[in-house]
Amino acid sequence: MLEIKNLHATVNGKEILKGIDLTINDGEIHALMGTNGAGKSTLSNVIVGNPAYEVTEGSITFNGKDLLAMKPEERAHEGIFMSFQTPIEIPGVSMTNFMRAAVNARRQAKGEEPLKSTDFLKIMREKRKLVEIDQKLMNRSVNEGFSGGEKKRNEIFQMAMLEPTFCILDETDSGLDVDALRIVAEGFNKLRTSETSAMVITHYQRLLDYIKPDIVHVLIDGKIVKTGGPDLALKIENEGFDWIKAEISL
Amino acid sequence: MKSEQQYIELYGEISNLIKQKSCDVMNKVRDAAFASFEKVGFPSKKVERYKYTDVDAYFAPNYGVSFNTLEVKPSKYIFRLAESPIDLSAYYNTIADNNDGITALNTAIAHDALVIYVPRNTKAEDPIQVDNWLRGNTSTMVNRRVLVILEQGAEATIIMNDHAEDKQRFLTTQVMEIFCKDNSHLDIYEIEETTPLCSRFSNVYINVERDCTVKHNSITLYNGQTRNLCDVVLKGENSEVTLNGCAIAGGSQRIDNNTLIDHRVPNCTSNELYKYVVDDKSVGAFAGKILVEKDAQKTVSHETNSNLCASADARMFTQPMLEIYADDVKCAHGSTVGVMDETALFYMRQRGVPEEEARMLLKNAFMGQVIDQIQLQPLRDKLFVKVEKRFRGELEKCDDCRLCK
Repeated sequence: MLEIKNLHATVNGKEILKGIDLTINDGEIHALMGTNGAGKSTLSNVIVGNPAYEVTEGSITFNGKDLLAMKPEERAHEGIFMSFQTPIEIPGVSMTNFMRAAVNARRQAKGEEPLKSTDFLKIMREKRKLVEIDQKLMNRSVNEGFSGGEKKRNEIFQMAMLEPTFCILDETDSGLDVDALRIVAEGFNKLRTSETSAMVITHYQRLLDYIKPDIVHVLIDGKIVKTGGPDLALKIENEGFDWIKAEISL
Repeated sequence: MKSEQQYIELYGEISNLIKQKSCDVMNKVRDAAFASFEKVGFPSKKVERYKYTDVDAYFAPNYGVSFNTLEVKPSKYIFRLAESPIDLSAYYNTIADNNDGITALNTAIAHDALVIYVPRNTKAEDPIQVDNWLRGNTSTMVNRRVLVILEQGAEATIIMNDHAEDKQRFLTTQVMEIFCKDNSHLDIYEIEETTPLCSRFSNVYINVERDCTVKHNSITLYNGQTRNLCDVVLKGENSEVTLNGCAIAGGSQRIDNNTLIDHRVPNCTSNELYKYVVDDKSVGAFAGKILVEKDAQKTVSHETNSNLCASADARMFTQPMLEIYADDVKCAHGSTVGVMDETALFYMRQRGVPEEEARMLLKNAFMGQVIDQIQLQPLRDKLFVKVEKRFRGELEKCDDCRLCK
C-alpha cells in the first residue's frame, strides 16, 4: 500500500527526516514511537502533503502511484486520512457544510454524482452514531468551542465519513481521558476493514492496548532505528528510549 | 485642464434646460450649489476624506449626461420630488454638504429626486424596494438624488438595488438625505451589483432625532470603482445607529467606504461593522470616524473593521478613528487585516476539499458575520446565496436582473 524510500525532508530549511525507509502493506497497523522532536509528526505531514514541509530527497508511492506529485486533496481522494494532533478550528464553516464539500469532492474525483442532500444527512446521522458524537456539534463551526475530547472524536467522525484506506493517527491519544480514549479507539476499530492500514503515532502503550499494532518502529533523530513486534512498545513503556540509543551508540 | 472644467462648461450650456425640467425646491439652491462646485472642484487626494480615491481620474472621461426623468411606479410611499404633494423645501439640500464637490455637482445638475416619505405613526408593512438599472447606448453619467423622510413614529425597511447593463461605462453620483424624526425606525440596505465598467460616488447624509433606531447596510457585491460616504448625525437622545458594511472586491476593482458618526447629544449608541474581502489586484479602503462631542455623555460606541486579503497583490487601507470630547463614554474601535488561514486551508484540503473550494469556504465564512446581522430574513437568505456565488465567480451577471436576461 505505502512505500517510503530514503525520505529526507526539511521544515524552514532545517532537516528533520534523514532517510526514512518504511513499507506498510494492506491491512497492517504500524505504530511509530520516538522521542520528542524525532520527526514523527513531520513524517505524517509529509505523507499528507502539508505545504509547510519540503521533501528534499526520496520517494513515497501509494498503491503504485507517486504520492509526492499529488496535491493534498488528491492524496485524500486516493484514500489517505490524517487525524490531526491539534485539530483546526474554522470559524464560520459549519461541520455539515465542511463534510458535504469533502464527501462530494471525493465522489467527484471518483466520477460519481454529488450526494443528494437527504442521502448525505442520512449518512451523517449513521456515522455520527457510530462514533458517538453529539448532533449539536454538527451545526457548529468546525471544531469551534469543542472540548479536547470532542475535537479528537470529531476527527474519527470525519474518518467515518470519508472511509479512507490508509489512516494516520497523529497522537490521537494526547489530551484524552481514559474513557474518551476508549471511545475514539473503539470508533477507529469499528471503521476498520481487513484492507485498512494505519500508522499510529503515540508516546504511550495505552492507545496500543486498544489499537493493536502489527509492527512497531522507533524513530530517533529523523531515522527509523529499530523495528519490532508489539512487545517493543511494551518494553519502551517500561524502560524508555535510552537502551535503544545505547544500542545504536548515539 | 482639470476634469471639473467640462462640468462647469456643461452647466453653462444646460442649466436653463435643467431648471425648466426641474422644480422650485431644487432650483432654489441650484446656482449656489454650482458656485460652490466651481469654488471647491473635485476633492483631490490631499483632502483627508478622499485620500484613497483619485476622484479626478473618474470624472475626467467624457460621459453623456443623462437627463431622463425617473420612471417611478406610483406607490404609497414613493414619488418624484417634482410631483410632490407636500412642500419639502424644509428637507431638500438641508443636510447635504455642498462643500463636498461631488455633492455640490449633484445638487447643481440633478433635475429631479426620488422621495420616500413615510407619514407620522405609519409602519410601512412591506419593505420598500427601489431597483436602479443603468442602461444606455453610450457611456453615461447619472446623477441620482434621493430624499428619505420618516416622520415621527414612522417605520420602514428600504432596499435599494443597483444594477447595470454590462456593455457600457457608467458614472454615477448619488446624494441621499435621510431624515429620521423622533421615535422612527429605519432599516436601509444599499446593494451594489453592477459591473467593472461602473464608477460610483455616493454621499449619504443621515439625521437622527430622539428615540430612533437606524440601520444602514452598505453591500458591494460586484462593481468597478465605488466610493461611498455615509455621514450620520445623532441629534436626539436615546437613539441607536448601526452601520454595517460588506465589501467584496476582485480583479482590479476598488471599494472605498468613508463614514462619520457624529454624537452630538447624550445617551446614544452606535455600532459599526465593516468587513472586506479583497482578492486579485483589488484595492479596499475603509475610514470611519466616531466623533463624540462634549455634550454627548454616556455615549456607547463600537467600531470594527475586519479585512481579509485573499491574494498577495490585493491592498487594504484601514483607518478607524475615535475623537472624544466628553468624559463619560464607552467607546471602542479597532481594525484587522489578515490573510487566508493556511492551517485551516490545509486541514480542509487533507479532507479532500479542493484548494479553490476551501478558499471560497473561508472567504464566505468570513463575510457570513456581516450577513448574519441582516434582520430581514428573506434578504439575508438571498445574500448568503449571492455572496457565495460572488466568491465562486458566478455573479458577473446579476442573476435576478431584468437587464441580463
